[in-house]
Amino acid sequence: MARAVMAPLAPGYRMSRRAPGGASMRRYAATFIKPNDRLTSFERLEIYNRQYWFRVLTGISDDFPGLRAVLGEKRFDRLSEAYLAECPSKSYTMRNLGSRLPAWVEKNPRFVRPHARAALDMALLEWAQVVAYDGPQETPLQPQDLAEGFDPGMKLRIQPYIGLLALRYPVDDLLLEVNKETEDGEAASNAVAGGHKRASLRRFRSLKPQPIYLAVHRHDDSVYFRRLEPEAYGLLAALRGGKSIGAAVTDAFRKSAMPAADRVQTVRDWFELWAALGWFCRPLSASRAALRESGGA
Amino acid sequence: MPANRFNSHTDYGIGIGLRITHYDHILNKKPVVDWFEIISENFMVDAGRPLRILDQILDSYRVVQHGVSMYFGSAEPLNREHLKRLKNLVKRTKTPWLSDHLCWGSVDGRYTHDLLPMPYTFEAAKITARKVREVQDFLEIPVAVENVSSYAEYHVSEMTEWEFLTEVVEAADCGILLDVNNIYVSSFNHRFNPMDYVENVPHERVAQIHIAGHSKYRKYILDTHDHPVIDPVWKLYETAIRRCGPTATLLEWDDSIPSFEEVHREALKANRFLGKIATSRTPAVAPARREEHALVLP
Repeated sequence: MARAVMAPLAPGYRMSRRAPGGASMRRYAATFIKPNDRLTSFERLEIYNRQYWFRVLTGISDDFPGLRAVLGEKRFDRLSEAYLAECPSKSYTMRNLGSRLPAWVEKNPRFVRPHARAALDMALLEWAQVVAYDGPQETPLQPQDLAEGFDPGMKLRIQPYIGLLALRYPVDDLLLEVNKETEDGEAASNAVAGGHKRASLRRFRSLKPQPIYLAVHRHDDSVYFRRLEPEAYGLLAALRGGKSIGAAVTDAFRKSAMPAADRVQTVRDWFELWAALGWFCRPLSASRAALRESGGA
Repeated sequence: MPANRFNSHTDYGIGIGLRITHYDHILNKKPVVDWFEIISENFMVDAGRPLRILDQILDSYRVVQHGVSMYFGSAEPLNREHLKRLKNLVKRTKTPWLSDHLCWGSVDGRYTHDLLPMPYTFEAAKITARKVREVQDFLEIPVAVENVSSYAEYHVSEMTEWEFLTEVVEAADCGILLDVNNIYVSSFNHRFNPMDYVENVPHERVAQIHIAGHSKYRKYILDTHDHPVIDPVWKLYETAIRRCGPTATLLEWDDSIPSFEEVHREALKANRFLGKIATSRTPAVAPARREEHALVLP
């Protein structure tokens, strides 16, 4: 029954006449569902099939309003249906429904052409937003954790809820615009909201490539997008990748045009800011670190 | 005084479901509400705003947890990660009992996020009861299972829905969250007398009652939780509490949600019926026959 419930809908949001495997859905439904005097077995099963799709499509739409706005409703629905048919939920919570969408969009550019890269950037940003909203947070690093000084060989861990993104299009501004339009639209009439959505779509189509580096983080339980210098992004990404502070700084400035004289102060300023924002996790105790290294936790 | 051993929280009164659209009103105006029911899955997260809001609610109100994805009736084993997170939340909320649905919804690790109806067979009852016991043992708090609304019945069913519910709760030795709106919806969809359902469940096991509205279509009723409670459902509620005694009651309103005041006003209509029975009845006790029957279940 689960296969039938999760089977893609036919046009018009009706249940497909063909069951999974190609047999007649009418005959298939009749093998296990009783008809009654008002509904056939097919019609009873169809209620569940339609409800399943309405529920999961609404879930994806709620989590990816930017992608929906820039693709338009019809294209977004087609993309969502194809994604969910290939990547059904594997989690007890609908929160994780879109976790594989960015990777899926990358593999299936035909659903987002001719703006494939910008659409992928938007999907990456919106999933990072979901993680930043309620993702895990470890105890932040405190000044006393560095009582013995700042050792270049030291490894710092970045809070797991922070998303570090290297994007080719400035979709952060566009998403903020979409969110504002949605808020305005909710307070206005449907006609006005429709006009706003078309404005997002127009803006998306004229978006020019402009590489940006972002940290998607939360502060006081609100999600923020913070643009980073390429070197700052490289440094944070290297730290997250497990490099020591010294190696991460070296990596980050390898291709940098920043004058060497400015680098020490710049890095110091960055670390001060990131520490104040709670982006670094407190170092693990030796035993927990060993357990983590061995894959035990 | 508790109505029975599964409902030791009779004085819980009338609660409403905690919904995002009401957060500001609740936190700013602090309305007097007996308790809030939360959807567990919405708060089984690691950190962030959902938990901060929950902690603020817990500072001022009693909270009871209600789940939507335990899937006691799914054939696959319980999800251990789900259980661990649920237990963490139970410690946080100190919920006195916890409920989830008598349904299935996942196969081979794929989730439908729906409450699919069970085949009412002895074998399914046995497997489901074992899982309810497992959850109860792991969480170390009483569990109540809720009857779902349904739109399909199976050829293989060997008993009525209320007989199946009874089989499960007696074998699992757990409570019931009796949703009288779901009974009404299913009775229309499957053409049975809803009073037969209310009259024949083991009343001494009813820990909580749900009330809600629904949407009626030409050929069936959908359980949409987007309308006020209709009179026939209040009639079922009245009968239920006459049989069960004063019972923690919860109004669900999940779509087209009106103002907090309107939802609360609708919920408090239950007082009309609770007030009538508060002074006039003796608590329900488990009939000895039922307990003996539970012992001989396969």
